[in-house]
Amino acid sequence: MALHPQTRKKPAGKRLFFMATCICDAFFDDAARAAVEVLEYLGCEVVFPEGQTCCGQPAFNSGDWKASRKVMRHTMEVFKGEEPVVAPSGSCAAMLTHGAPLEFEEEEDLGKVQDLAGRSWELSDYIVNGLGITEWKGRFPHKIAFHRSCHSRGSGSAEAATQLFSSIEGLEITEFGEMDQCCGFGGTFSVGFPNISAAMGRLKIEHVTATKPDYLVSGDMGCLLHLGGMIDKEDSQSLPRLHLAQVLRDSLKNGGLL
Amino acid sequence: MKTLQEIDQHARDIAPDRQKAVYLVTKTVAERRKAIFAHDYPDPDRLRRLAGQIKQHTLEHLDHYLELAEKKFTENGAKVHFASDGVSCNQIVLDILQKNHCRKVVKSKSMLSEETELNDFLNKNGVESLESDLGELIVQLDHDRPSHIIAPIIHKNRREVAECFEREGLGAYNDEPEVITRRARNFLRKKYLEADAGLTGANFVVAESGRLSIVTNEGNARFCMAGTRLHIAIVGIEKIIPRDRDLALFHNLIARSGTGQRLTVYNQFIGGPKAKGQPHGPEQMHVVFVDNRRTEVLDSNCREILRCIRCGACQNICPVYRQASGFAYRSTYGGPVGSVLSPLLAGEKFAEFADLPKASSLCGACNEVCPVDIPIPDLLLRLRDKGKREAPDKSGAGTPPMGLWAVMASQPLAWKTALRLGYALNYPPGQAFPIPALQAWQSVRKFPRWRGGRFRDWMKTRNKNK
Repeated sequence: MALHPQTRKKPAGKRLFFMATCICDAFFDDAARAAVEVLEYLGCEVVFPEGQTCCGQPAFNSGDWKASRKVMRHTMEVFKGEEPVVAPSGSCAAMLTHGAPLEFEEEEDLGKVQDLAGRSWELSDYIVNGLGITEWKGRFPHKIAFHRSCHSRGSGSAEAATQLFSSIEGLEITEFGEMDQCCGFGGTFSVGFPNISAAMGRLKIEHVTATKPDYLVSGDMGCLLHLGGMIDKEDSQSLPRLHLAQVLRDSLKNGGLL
Repeated sequence: MKTLQEIDQHARDIAPDRQKAVYLVTKTVAERRKAIFAHDYPDPDRLRRLAGQIKQHTLEHLDHYLELAEKKFTENGAKVHFASDGVSCNQIVLDILQKNHCRKVVKSKSMLSEETELNDFLNKNGVESLESDLGELIVQLDHDRPSHIIAPIIHKNRREVAECFEREGLGAYNDEPEVITRRARNFLRKKYLEADAGLTGANFVVAESGRLSIVTNEGNARFCMAGTRLHIAIVGIEKIIPRDRDLALFHNLIARSGTGQRLTVYNQFIGGPKAKGQPHGPEQMHVVFVDNRRTEVLDSNCREILRCIRCGACQNICPVYRQASGFAYRSTYGGPVGSVLSPLLAGEKFAEFADLPKASSLCGACNEVCPVDIPIPDLLLRLRDKGKREAPDKSGAGTPPMGLWAVMASQPLAWKTALRLGYALNYPPGQAFPIPALQAWQSVRKFPRWRGGRFRDWMKTRNKNK
């Protein structure tokens, strides 16, 4: 999927807008915190516009494009400017770069949406392809199962994260079965199709746990909300989850760099 | 809000061994597909994109290419017909058969004929029409329907096939695959010789030469034309490609995408009826171009779906199809392609199929394997938008309403308030709120602890201390 517009601008300076994502805003504050710490470690000036809410994806995926556009128009106001917008989520980034232009196809303010799309990034994509950083310092002496979230298909995000991980001292990435398959979250899909969603989730968890990782890692807390919720529901299972930003940050901490 | 989608109910109720069979076959074929593309081409995506561009170009100039195809087929001695819908397609075929006193017809696989329910129509009108593709034959004998484009009986096991053969008089119960195949072969050989006409579809129709390309792995399409005196091909108007040379690209893609083969076993190129001096072959060739709402699709914002070459790769890779199987989609086409095509081909009955585009986590795997690079997730999304506007009841089952959320998410003050109120979810009474979405979620998952606004607080403190 060509999730990224051809015309995406390379960041001009180090000032950026941080989009925390609604899911981190509500549940996973440490993932967003880790992303900020990582970006600041890299010398970025991280601006967090207080008015931000959500990217509008739940309504977009539900087919309520009118409601979604309302939220997207608010988001465009919040992130008005020249600065790149960086989100610790492939899914929210894809909403900005790909979903929004799709739902605004027939709208007069399509140009504004395309402008935002052209400067929006997923975190690891921004680090590697925006800032040009290809190695990560520090140490993370653990075995991780890295779930490539589907919204990073074709975007270079999963490759970017893997590239950073593979340079971290002590970090081991497991190869598990059907790595490219969806975890079954899909936002409102997980609510409307609980049986299929859960069956997909079980399959993913089986494959992941078979490799006995220390952590399940992803660039999208949506996937981890769903998979983690399933893992926690069963008392017999336990597997800690981390956002990729937490791995990057903890690696720096372990190496005494943060 | 209705809480369950029909396709999800189907997945819940499907027999476990059937689901497992569908899962294993699709997974195996999908892996074979991936391996052969990776082995054979340095950049398979370039081929997929090129093929997509060729099909898109053809669709955008379909008036030109259809006219050219008609001219070339006519020059080659074939008769060209145009059918606006399924009913007229079936009638045209019946008229040709009756005019030429054809009572018995052997038929190779055609998804279009499933769309128009041609077999039933012919059999009701006194023409014996028999499927010759093994899977389709079993489907027909068993009064069943195909549930996968390439593997029509993916949902059946060999015991069911053996029972069907016994019941239909093809031999005492025996579920050895070799025995089943041999019996089908013996049965069909006789039918090929008895038949007056051969009915086929086509995988590709070349405009510049007036040539049909038919690919099979059983050689049955060829047999359908070996002993018969008349050949009718029914083809959707979207099957056209411009040039003979384009076949090289499409043949390489269709076999690898569909079954993970380099090339299908039998590849036929049919440029007209039997020529003077040729010893064999049908004396008449008819090509029926069928619209059946394709021009409506061409006029819609989902026209890219007409690029589809019916390889089934999207069905094989789709995690939802693997759980639900093809019948869940209640239409000729299941899986991702069906979720787009079926509601569109339904025309004024769109509402009946408005739930299909919802049956996807939008993971994008279908687009990644599509040999003509159809942006299936985008089309699903456009149809969800259409569904919300035109058939909200059917498409909205299980979907939480978004109105209130949209108001909150566009007003920062309301949003921040909600972040505080969410803490109620951390306590049992909060978790028991009678919100269907919340309950559906919690039926198989545990909710994490609500920590609304913590990140914002941290960010504020941090900025103050700087």
